[in-house]
Amino acid sequence: MAGAAKISVKVIDVVEVNELVKRFKFERTDGGLMPTFSGGAHTVVEMNDQGTRRLNPYSLMSSPTDRSAYTISVRRDDEGRGGSLYLHNHVKPGMEMTISNPVNLFSLDLRARKHIFFAGGIGITPFLSQIKQLSAANNGHFELHYAVRTASLGSYADELLEHFPNNVDVYHDDKDQQIPLDKLLEGQPLGTHIYVCGPKGMINWILSGARKAGWPEQALHYEEFLAPEPGKAFDVELAVTGKTIHVKEQQSLLEAIEAAGVDAPYLCRGGACGMCETQVIRSEGDFIHNDHWLTDEEHASGEKIMPCVSRFDGKSLVLDR
Amino acid sequence: MPKTKFEPSIISRPVYGELKPKNGKSHLLIADVEGAQAILDLAKKAPTGFFNQAHIIYIPRHTGETYLAKLQKLNAKQHYVGPSFGAAQQRIQRVLSDAHNGLQIYLAGSEGLIGQAMREAIGLGFPHQAIQTEHRGSKARRMQCVHCKGVTEDVSTDPFECSHCGLSLFVRDHYSRRLAAFQGVCVDAEDPGNVPDKMEIT
Ligand code: FES
Repeated sequence: MAGAAKISVKVIDVVEVNELVKRFKFERTDGGLMPTFSGGAHTVVEMNDQGTRRLNPYSLMSSPTDRSAYTISVRRDDEGRGGSLYLHNHVKPGMEMTISNPVNLFSLDLRARKHIFFAGGIGITPFLSQIKQLSAANNGHFELHYAVRTASLGSYADELLEHFPNNVDVYHDDKDQQIPLDKLLEGQPLGTHIYVCGPKGMINWILSGARKAGWPEQALHYEEFLAPEPGKAFDVELAVTGKTIHVKEQQSLLEAIEAAGVDAPYLCRGGACGMCETQVIRSEGDFIHNDHWLTDEEHASGEKIMPCVSRFDGKSLVLDR
Repeated sequence: MPKTKFEPSIISRPVYGELKPKNGKSHLLIADVEGAQAILDLAKKAPTGFFNQAHIIYIPRHTGETYLAKLQKLNAKQHYVGPSFGAAQQRIQRVLSDAHNGLQIYLAGSEGLIGQAMREAIGLGFPHQAIQTEHRGSKARRMQCVHCKGVTEDVSTDPFECSHCGLSLFVRDHYSRRLAAFQGVCVDAEDPGNVPDKMEIT
């Protein structure tokens, strides 16, 4: 089976954090302990949404030292394909679900002398577990800069400010407060690392600012899970298994491959980990690459595609799968 | 092109490049022996004003006066010349711990100097991949005896005698960034006394 190992869990708590965000808590159905994880890890939650199988990654926000349960926070995306809507509208305490073992594509570099976290909106979640990890081990000097739309949508901002008044700054869009990036990039001790999780524009803004200020590339860390974008339906030939599949508008290429009974590799399902990389055997048409994994040259070559988030528009596509 | 050629080896073995001016708020250049020439070569490519924000730390050792005047002419904002790495170490530590991200680090000269200066920077969390290095001069190595843990500087033959415990040690390419040293392993452990002839390290 592709993906990380699975865990059968029961939903033990669903809490409305604010009008857009709900928090879900999972315990193992067998009563055992959850696997350990490190701050920044995510789990892939499996959903059966009226016959459509959805697997979405969510960052674990609970303490890495607490193995009794996992907690995630999910922002409702009314325009999205439905994973978050399903969690918001259908998942209730007592329900049994399947989630994956934790996978970390956004871990702390514990060699750093100082960590600066930049969060935008729901991008706060990986930092919640990272901050818990750092404070539990007492080995971390950190700063959090958290941009939110309004005070009432600033999930967990109040708790963070209360617990870490000297480490946390919250910026409200509706009050025109901006992260003072240039000032923050200046005067940071050598060996400081930056972590960004938020919308694409924010990630690019912070990374390019840091690069311009001469920060080392290896001290810059970011995570953005891309939800697979819907698009025009298309057909694909799978050369290894000899199947021809149809990718529906609301379906990702990976989901269509899986729906045809083909066990294709994946891990994050968000264009970040590289696991689903697939060779293109032949193609006539245009690729719609949406991943963070392949290089620009690889995107241009037409030889590879990341089926978890990328699509195709054209006459024919043959994949090595 | 790197000025010193090393045989391709295991991944552990450090590889060196050629110093190039990088965009940054300030620049720290640390060199010993012929590494001075790498700084002088970099200076030819550097944008004007580069050395206004630069700090040079240089340890001439056997090269004596050869490069001193030329380095001085670069007019770096700060310039220090010292007799040994040990003598310069405290200064290097202080400069690094007071420095801010945006500093670029350039190391040139012997493997021992490059490795030890790098160790100071990575100990603070600075990524080793972001440090520029250029090897110049002798290929002598800084070796750690894996048995007694003593370090022998400037090892130029293989095998060599550990300067602490006296064992004959085989010079490995296995390198530790944390120790800033290659690993030396007893060469006649299985067959005591059967020590191969010494060869110059190339
Ligand atoms: S599954 Fe991670 S990049 Fe596609």
